[in-house]
Amino acid sequence: MDLVLLQGDLERIQGCLRRVLERSGAHCILLIDRSGQLISHWGDKPLDDSVALAALTAANFGATAAIARLLGEKDFSLLFHKGREENIHFSSIGEDFLLVTLFNNRASLGLVRLHVEKAIQELGGILEEISRR
Amino acid sequence: MSFINFAGREIQCKIVYYGPGRCGKTTNLKYIYSRIKAQVRGKMISIDTKGDKTLFFDFLPLDLGKVGGFSIRIQLYTVPGQVHYNATRKLVLKGVDGVVFVADSLKVRREKNIESLENLIENLRDEGIDIRDIPLVMQYNKRDLQGGSVPILPLEVMERDLNSELKVPSFPASAIEGFGVFETLREISKLVAKDVSRRVLSGKKISSGF
Repeated sequence: MDLVLLQGDLERIQGCLRRVLERSGAHCILLIDRSGQLISHWGDKPLDDSVALAALTAANFGATAAIARLLGEKDFSLLFHKGREENIHFSSIGEDFLLVTLFNNRASLGLVRLHVEKAIQELGGILEEISRR
Repeated sequence: MSFINFAGREIQCKIVYYGPGRCGKTTNLKYIYSRIKAQVRGKMISIDTKGDKTLFFDFLPLDLGKVGGFSIRIQLYTVPGQVHYNATRKLVLKGVDGVVFVADSLKVRREKNIESLENLIENLRDEGIDIRDIPLVMQYNKRDLQGGSVPILPLEVMERDLNSELKVPSFPASAIEGFGVFETLREISKLVAKDVSRRVLSGKKISSGF
């Protein structure tokens, strides 16, 4: 299955990503697929870093999913890594996509999770529409 | 699964270097990284063990320039070759658009090449892909050892072992010296770009979206 994005699709996706940043205080957000392709990103990370982050986070999520299966779970639907200054939050969107949110200690995890959850619903709908076309 | 961005006129594809342990997959990527201009490559990432074996994958994004008005960005991945890392290989194969099978020319590695190719066929099948339907290029690596003290396999034997049924393009190479590395990359990139554009641009629904 290929993912084909038209101009309008990208604008809707980017609008959604931008709103998460504006409302949650996170500083960067990436929409990627589970094979590690970067679909869209918004925020302060340069493209090079975002491309590398996409590959690594997809692998990380895949490895964690394999751990989940060993424990009898189907998947872990969200992951969170906490650093001293920087934090990263991963959520799955359906079977094929991931939303990766980067935020520092000035933003609240609760607020990030709240807005990420809303974005997942919205992005899930958009991506399903695109896949059905 | 390739990703086609009509808005940004960009196509992203994933190419995986597959093969038995120690055949030179990582060396291929390192050579490409060392010889390509910084403007067209992104960051190379390796997740390896202290013993220099690939633990998870190597990753190298490249910008191939424009084809038919679209920028082609490819992402090169390697898999860990060791037999017991099959779960990891399957993860890396997810969403693959093209494969380079790197075979080891050392005579003692003959069986390992065949086993690894069979493993590739099986893992692709698990992804719902028939190996005959995906762009594939063979690379017979370590040809620089020819004429030395270590016995190596003649190219005809490697062709017979690995490519008699598949009949895909194949290249003798030395990833450590560099010959054959870019020939392999050019061929797989060409095949993948052709395959993706055939799949995508032939879709009537898609072209109506321009």
